[in-house]
Formats: sequence, structure tokens, C-alpha cells
Amino acid sequence: MSDQPISRRALLAGVAVAAGGVVLEQLPLAAQSAQTPQTLAPAAPPDPSLVPGGPTTPVSARSPFESAARTPAGVITGPAYSPIHQLTGTITPSDLMFERHHAGVAIIDPAKYKLLVHGLVDRPMVFTLDDLKRFPSVSRVAFLECSGNGRNGYRDPKPELTPQMIDGLTSNGEWTGVPLATLLREAGVRRGATWFLAEGGDASKLSRSIPIEKAWDDAMIAYAFNGEPLRPANGYPARLFLPGFEANTSIKWLRRIKLIDQPNMSRDETAKYTDPLPDGRARQFSFVMDAKSIITQPSHPMRIAPGWLEISGVAWSGRGKITRVEVSTDGGAHWVDAALQEPVLSKAHARFRLPWRWDGRPATLMSRATDETGYTQPTLEVFEAKRGKGTDFHFNHIRAWTVRSDGAVVYGAGA
Amino acid sequence: MMRRVVMSIGALVLTAACRAERATPRDTRTSAAAAPTIAGDVRLGTIGRLATDAEVHAWDIDVNPTGSGLPAGRGTHDAGARLFAAKCAACHGAHGEGMAIYPKLIGREPRADFPFGRDPKIVKTIGNYWPYSTTVFDYVRRAMPLTAPGSLSSNEVYDLVAYLLAENGTIPRDAVIDQRSLPAVKMPARDRFVRDDRTGGAVFR
Repeated sequence: MSDQPISRRALLAGVAVAAGGVVLEQLPLAAQSAQTPQTLAPAAPPDPSLVPGGPTTPVSARSPFESAARTPAGVITGPAYSPIHQLTGTITPSDLMFERHHAGVAIIDPAKYKLLVHGLVDRPMVFTLDDLKRFPSVSRVAFLECSGNGRNGYRDPKPELTPQMIDGLTSNGEWTGVPLATLLREAGVRRGATWFLAEGGDASKLSRSIPIEKAWDDAMIAYAFNGEPLRPANGYPARLFLPGFEANTSIKWLRRIKLIDQPNMSRDETAKYTDPLPDGRARQFSFVMDAKSIITQPSHPMRIAPGWLEISGVAWSGRGKITRVEVSTDGGAHWVDAALQEPVLSKAHARFRLPWRWDGRPATLMSRATDETGYTQPTLEVFEAKRGKGTDFHFNHIRAWTVRSDGAVVYGAGA
Repeated sequence: MMRRVVMSIGALVLTAACRAERATPRDTRTSAAAAPTIAGDVRLGTIGRLATDAEVHAWDIDVNPTGSGLPAGRGTHDAGARLFAAKCAACHGAHGEGMAIYPKLIGREPRADFPFGRDPKIVKTIGNYWPYSTTVFDYVRRAMPLTAPGSLSSNEVYDLVAYLLAENGTIPRDAVIDQRSLPAVKMPARDRFVRDDRTGGAVFR
């Protein structure tokens, strides 16, 4: 799916069908002009060492021989998965970062941007984008993961699922901005403020209640990602970024922070982003993304040949650093420690690698991550017993790939 | 020549590093002697400005379970039914049954057992899953209709809330919904929700 270029026409047809009763003309411009992957025919000369190449360009384009792309569905409420199996290392290129919007990609003029901080404060304050950039800044590399990541692989496992469609709702990169704590000191937080409400300035005005401890810990207002201003789909010009928390809480296009004395019980912390459990309860405010890993190579749709190859993937935990990733090639009967690429950063993707010689016989590949709290990724069986088949978020069970004798790699143990 | 240049750059970097180590922003002894600098966790007081009451009022749209934030106004099921047909049914279906990516809104079943964790096929609705009635007002006012959020008057939002709650069997059809009555509506799923008990560590919860 991810390897197929999607034409603009097909995309618009998708919008028309999926939008149902919504009149297409009423949708924001951004929804109708979604970018499609370039499909330039490669035009390499027979011997590039004999002809000069092109001149410099203002903005570089990806090689026409590469086709990594997200999976836009042509709707304004929904996800586009990042092609994590076509990425190496740990940094997600900005234009391949996953997207998930609730009312399309907002277009905000940075000159008109305002962030309001009010509620239980001594001084309700307004900060412009220039104001935010005048404060002492911080940068950190960290992941951002949708808590619905993994739903396809859990709810509807199919052999042909790619890492992109299983776990492509996580991205990792360098965030730059101002600590939320800095802004709260400017406004003066009053006694009794135990939570803060964060709200977006997009058409969904998405809002989440967050315990105030996160503000004093590592919450930041981010205005840059991977060295450049945030891209519009990533919340331009400024968003909340809560390292390690489910991505829905890192409100994009942030326009308001309100200090409050109890959670607001917004739609996205009650009707959605809660975790029904098999015992008839539903877990609420389950912010932290627990340790998780996935082998991205080999994976579907790759086909491997007997001999040496590198098993490689990513692991991450919202509770701190990954301390160990083990790999099994026999469906979990035996485990071997994979090498972790240094530096391993807290609340960030870590790359793991293990050389493996495939003997041509069927094999089942698995990875399991452990973080610095001593938490280890659960097996599918343990996960299902505790959380139930109907649970909606935080799918972090061990993933499996089956290697068939013909070298085909498919999702699932015994698939 | 080249070697000397490299060495002097190295010396510069070393000097700069030593300086940085001596004069961290928190070191008040050195910063007092040097130019003014930021001494850690203090208020600067010179960036940003006070918000006006009008700015706060324009954006302060959240409503919580106590009813805080609810505006004046009132709504009824019958007025809400007409509005729903005109402004909501195109996406959510004539009876709030949902279509494509637009969720089902109405449906009280299953009444017992809250089996959502066991069975992914049971569709969540306002009546069987939403724990707070005030969330309906908060969400409709901030985000609906999808193509024209913010276009409904307070009375219209109250009408739609009355319609949705009555169709979900949580209030009588003749109930009037306003600032006072809405927070008093207890939703069937209210006591099903518990706080996160995951803490990391060896135990999987």
C-alpha cells in the first residue's frame, strides 16, 4: 500500500467518498491540496561520471529513485502512517513524520499567532511567536507516538501488514522550544492549580487536561522540529510537546493553556483515548507510552535470501531510556541481546541491530524491549489477557514476523 | 601552516569551553560581575503582555463536569431533533447511527456489564460510554459541525445536547437542559472510569 504512488485524482475521489454528506467545497483548502508523492521517471545517464549534473537548488528533493511516502486517506480526521520500514537510524525526516488530525491541517499566520495562558494564575498573559522565541530555549530528541499506534496489528492482523501500517504512528526527532514551566512562572501559578487544559487553534479546538506535574517536569512549547520551523501538519507555528505521553496530548497549533483545579473531561479524555479493560472498567488519563519495539528489517514486504543479514528495528519507552532489546528467531523460545546504537536517549527511539544468518528454514522473528524502570514488553498472550481484545489504545505487545521458506516475510507468528 | 591553524582553533574551543564551565547561568557570583543574565528558575517579567478580559472571554470555551463554563440559555429535545436533521444527520445518520468515519452517537445498549474491553465489535455511543453529560456541550460547541465549528448559538448547542441525551435515554424527552440541569445528568457509564494505575517496572497492568 505504502509503495504505491497515489494519484491526486484517486485522492480526491477518496475525499468525496469518505466525506459522505459533507459538501466537498466546504472542506478546508488544505484537505483538497494534499501533497502526493512525486512519480518522476528516473533519468540517470548511462555513466554519471561522464556528464555534469544539475546546479544547486533552493530546497532539495528526494532522489527520484526513492518512493518512501505516508499513507494519506484523503480525509480531514484520520491518520497518515510514517514509512518506518524505509527509514534508518532514529531520526524521522520532517516530511515523513506521521500525521493525525481532527479537523484538517490548520493554516496559521505566524504574525497573528497568540498563546493565551490564564485560569488559576496571578497574571493572565498573551505570548506572540516572537515572545516564545525570546525565552531561553531547549532542544531534545524525543519520539511522538499516537496511542492508537498498533491497532491494525492487534485488531485486524493480516500477513500483508507492513511496519508502516502496524506502527507507523510514531516519529522521532529534535524538538526545540521553550519549557512550559518558563511560561507558567511568567504568569504565576496559583495554589490549587493541579491540572492544565491545553487547547488547539485548529477547527477541532482539540483539548486535553494534563496534570501540572508534567508542566514542571519536561513539557515544552515547541516551535521547531529537526532544525526548521514546525511544518503545518506538525502544529505550525507552535505546539505543546509532552515527551513520552500519548501524542494526542501534545496539542498542535496551541492557542491556550488554562490552569485548572480538576480535569475538564474533554471528549478526547473520555469518549476517546481511554482504555476499556476486560473487567468492565475503562482506564482514563493513561498518558505514558510504555516500552515497545518492532523489527523493521526484515519485514513485510521484503523477501530475504539465505545467508547473513541484519535484523534491525526501533525501540522506545515513554518512561525513560531503553536499556535492552532482545531478539528471538524461533518465536520466543530463545532470546539474544541486540546491540543498541549509542547514544540511547530518554523517551526517544533507539535503533537495535543483530546480525543473523538465515538457513532457509521457516523462522519467527520477535523483539522485546526493556526500559530503565525494568518494564519489559509483554507477549501478545499476556497483553490480551490483561487488556482484552476490545481495548482501544496502547498496543505494545511483542510483534512477530514469520519468515517463510521462500524468503517471504509476513506479519504475525505462524502467519 | 595548516597544522598551526588547527591548533589555534583547538585552543579557542578549549578556552570557550572553560569559560562556559565557569559562567553557567545559575552561577550568581560570576553573572553579577558580567552582563545581566538569566539566573535559573525566576520570572523574567519582560516578555509577553497581560491578556485583556476580552481576549480571555473570546477563547475561554471549556466546560467541566461541575457546569463551570456553561453559558446562559436552554434547549429541548424537539428543537434539537430539527437541528440534528438539518446540521448533523448528513454525517452521523438520520438516527445518529454513524456513517463511514463519522461516529455513531445514539444507542443505549448494552445496558449492563460494560463489555467494551472484551468485544471490539460493540460500538461506543454517548449513551453507553461517555461518562459526563457536560462533555457533550463542550465538544459540540468547540468542534461541531465539522464544516462550520463555532456557528451554533448557545441555545442551539443546548438543543442538540438535549436531543442527544434524550435519544440516548439519559433524560426524559420533555426535559429542559440548561446551566443548572445539565451537570446534574448522571451518565450510565460514569462509574466505569478509573485512573491509570500503570507505573512502569516489572508488573504489566
